[in-house]
Amino acid sequence: MQHKSKMAGADGDDSLYPIAVLIDELRNEDVQLRLNSIKKLSTIALALGVERTRTELLPFLTDTIYDEDEVLLALAEQLGNFTMLVGGPEYVHCLLPPLESLATVEETVVRDKAVESLRKISQEHSPVDLEVHFEPLVKRLASGDWFTSRTSACGLFSVCYPRVSSTVKAEIRQHFRTLCSDDTPMVRRAAASKLGEFAKVLELDYVKSDIISLFTALASDEQDSVRLLAVEACVSIATLLPQEDLETLVMPTLRQAAEDKSWRVRYMVADKFSELQKAVGPEITKNDLVPAFQNLLKDCEAEVRAAAANKVKEFCENLPEDSRETIIMTHILPCVKELVSDTNQHVKSALASVIMGLSTILGKDNTVEHLLPLFLAQLKDECPEVRLNIISNLDCVNEVIGIRQLSQSLLPAIVELAEDAKWRVRLAIIEYMPLLAGQLGVEFFDEKLNTLCMAWLIDHVYAIREAATCNLMKLVEKFGAEWAQNTIVPKVLGMANDPNYLHRMTTLFCINALSEVCGQDITTKQMLPVVLKMSNDQVANVRFNVAKSLQKIGPVLDSNALQTEVKPVLEKLDTDTDMDVKYFAQEAISGKYTTLSIFFLYEVASLGPLHLVILIHFSP
Amino acid sequence: TSILPSSPTTGFSVPSAEKVDGFPRRSMRRARQRRSHSSSQFRYQSSQVELTPLPLLKDAPVAELHNLFCKKLQQCCVLFDFLDCVADLKGKEIKRAALNELVESVATSRGVLIEPLYPEAIKMISVNIFRTLPPSENPEFDPEEDEPTLEASWPHLQLVYEFFLRFLESPDFQPSMAKRYVDQKFVLQLLELFDSEDPREREYLKTILHRVYGKLLGLRAYIRKQINNIFLRFIYETEHFNGVAELLEILGSIINGFALPLKSEHKQFLVRVLIPLHTAKSLSIFHAQLAYCVVQFMEKDATVTEYIIRGLLKYWPKTCTQKEVMFLGEIEEILDVIEPSQFIRVQEPLFKQITACISSPHFQVAERALYFWNNEYILSLIEENSQVILPLVFTTLYRVSKEHWNQTIVSLIYNVLKTFMEMNSKLFDDLTASYKVDKQNDSVL
Repeated sequence: MQHKSKMAGADGDDSLYPIAVLIDELRNEDVQLRLNSIKKLSTIALALGVERTRTELLPFLTDTIYDEDEVLLALAEQLGNFTMLVGGPEYVHCLLPPLESLATVEETVVRDKAVESLRKISQEHSPVDLEVHFEPLVKRLASGDWFTSRTSACGLFSVCYPRVSSTVKAEIRQHFRTLCSDDTPMVRRAAASKLGEFAKVLELDYVKSDIISLFTALASDEQDSVRLLAVEACVSIATLLPQEDLETLVMPTLRQAAEDKSWRVRYMVADKFSELQKAVGPEITKNDLVPAFQNLLKDCEAEVRAAAANKVKEFCENLPEDSRETIIMTHILPCVKELVSDTNQHVKSALASVIMGLSTILGKDNTVEHLLPLFLAQLKDECPEVRLNIISNLDCVNEVIGIRQLSQSLLPAIVELAEDAKWRVRLAIIEYMPLLAGQLGVEFFDEKLNTLCMAWLIDHVYAIREAATCNLMKLVEKFGAEWAQNTIVPKVLGMANDPNYLHRMTTLFCINALSEVCGQDITTKQMLPVVLKMSNDQVANVRFNVAKSLQKIGPVLDSNALQTEVKPVLEKLDTDTDMDVKYFAQEAISGKYTTLSIFFLYEVASLGPLHLVILIHFSP
Repeated sequence: TSILPSSPTTGFSVPSAEKVDGFPRRSMRRARQRRSHSSSQFRYQSSQVELTPLPLLKDAPVAELHNLFCKKLQQCCVLFDFLDCVADLKGKEIKRAALNELVESVATSRGVLIEPLYPEAIKMISVNIFRTLPPSENPEFDPEEDEPTLEASWPHLQLVYEFFLRFLESPDFQPSMAKRYVDQKFVLQLLELFDSEDPREREYLKTILHRVYGKLLGLRAYIRKQINNIFLRFIYETEHFNGVAELLEILGSIINGFALPLKSEHKQFLVRVLIPLHTAKSLSIFHAQLAYCVVQFMEKDATVTEYIIRGLLKYWPKTCTQKEVMFLGEIEEILDVIEPSQFIRVQEPLFKQITACISSPHFQVAERALYFWNNEYILSLIEENSQVILPLVFTTLYRVSKEHWNQTIVSLIYNVLKTFMEMNSKLFDDLTASYKVDKQNDSVL
């Protein structure tokens, strides 16, 4: 209350009243109100002006740091964008005290946000201010008692290092060194995760003298959670060093990481393999990374094998061209062959998601001779995910050997997935149908797959029927209206007489999806009569879907058909005994005359019937 | 927010069959669940040593005994593959028998543990138990719902743990000799094993760490600090560690032995570690042990009461009613031992929260809060301070008694109101009267 009267409104200035309320809410008991108010902090600051923001608002905020984490998070974020509100870069250092406190709280999310804001405003400091205000803050954090402030400090070194004098630089390097050997693993983890970033801003000599020893130490830390972060740093460090130094400075550590006793570290190596490969260059890749990669592909932990399997294509792609094929054929492919029959499904499915990519690298003959048997084996895998991953990447193979080679095995695999007991698997294969149809061509499709696509229309799961409808539309986009007229439209329309009303509704849904791609002629001559006839259906759901369909296909029809055929049917439905049928008939009537009102109807659809009624009255 | 991949399986590209719905693949998971797994023994000893049975310890002449004991320890350093349950059955049986003998010998005969055996014994223990725990079979392992994955090599591992325990408990055990081998590095590895999914292993570890803490005084501060680190990592980084309950159980007895006045290190542990532990998602698994530790602190030093209660109020669950019930349970345990002078310092914020719980639409929450009035000590505290507490809770009690959907709650509230009426009838009447006036004013407006 005191603050409120001091800061705003007490002198009877009415214009500040809303601000007084906001400030009052900063101290409200209800967290939500405090949160709302913090989120409008820039409004408060703007109203107070730069000077009072600096002298009154910021000290007040610095005092309230003991709040709920949610409020603190919002505050930490806001302060990062506050430079102009305190009077521009000249005064930006005023923001440091509250952010410094926020950078020491326990909750990681708050701390990280405070560090993010500090990094942001560090750029707005002049070099002098950086040394006078910012760097001392970093030092205070780096030598804080509790681990939280030291962790936060780790993220701030790299933003100030490039812009300070060489004496201060030396201090910063010293602080970073100290934190890398902190006795709290949390701090060592934070330091390890920033090692790469820090290395990037250091002079090359210091990278060699300082960073390498820190890197080596962190990479052999007693805790695997620290060691694995050093692997990430390895990528940045290797990129910075000249090729001739890599062997002595980086490789011993990397070799050790690839054979670490903890699977987490080996997992990290596998996960970062492509980046590592690029960073160390072709020669080291040939001599060191190839055997390391082979080991990872054969690792005793499935997690590691899966991470490595994911990288197979990228690794092969990035091998030096002169020896690529030999290395793949003699070293990588044998491991890949074993992974095809791995005991763990995640490993197999990781491999299946990239293995097809090898065909472009190896070319036609090798693909036919060596890869094709593997594809075929994976297409028959017991796990549907593996089969799906193969099918979803068929385009790569198609480019190299054409899909025909596979089609004999493909078909049974597709059929089996199409009839899988789990509807999610069926749904996934439907989504690949348009792609498959494009690759396999219209003849093969008509002969083998068309029946499947039609069968999904009467699946007992709605999501499958819906996806099947959408699939038909995409197929027509690929194969054209004429194809649709000869193959699918008759079948779809035939379902209008099905005894099951769900199947009759599917006819309507298909028409909704197909009318536009099929064009005016087919819609008017073939679809419209069926829809109109269904307006006499005994199930109300079918009848109101007729009204919806008419509205949907309206734009495709010519005005003659609308006037003479559609309008009378809608007017009849408008007098239906069922409330919903009436409602949708009215909606269609009001929507069908001009496209403009259709647009409006979509706009107001969320407002509910009352608003619609009003709109209908005012429509032309 | 975590800076490391706690469960690297999340790094997998999402399988396509899953992408479409986003449901956890419970059914698939169950289907492929294996009941046991091997430890992540990287680079299994490829050239397996063939074991040959040694003479029995009990038949050995005294002069030979130590030598034979040592040989058996060395024999037990050979590791076997337990996932292949028929591999090297003979070797496994020889090791099992040897371990049994070692356990028996160290437990019953005196004078066996001589100095040269210490490094050999600790080496055998280290080789067997220290290993990288494998990735969880089930990345979304829910300790309450799912069956834990059991350690496949347990037939040997159990005997090694048993040996270690007997070793520590032996009357011949000399801390001064052991401390050279059971050092900080050893303890750190021991603590990491508490993350094991196998509850049998954690049970052994708990007893063993407790003995180590009791006998090797030089390691105490280090052990406490490392447990701190494990908890902080659990709270703020990974939210995953299987042995929280076991570590808290050990701490419970450690706290009991703290000297007075409490060192600031211990207070810091309470405020910055134990209280924030209440925020964990998996609180239910270790809540009993946690509440025990908290109450231990209060019994040691009543001045920490206010920190504790305000801390709990700060982290009070907002949406999880199951946790709310646990918090209420802990508050009752705390109130059971609270000093009246401390009670006065926290009664206002505390009873505001209790009132909020009473008006919870979830009847278990309301019920748990109302049970406080069945506790005689709490009732006496309320009675002494009825001038403060009654006005805080009255309106809510009155309103909820009229509105709550659950009959049990309504009748519990009637009892509470009745108690208040008997406690302080004057105040009760005043509050009733002003409530009615307020109500009327409201309806006029």
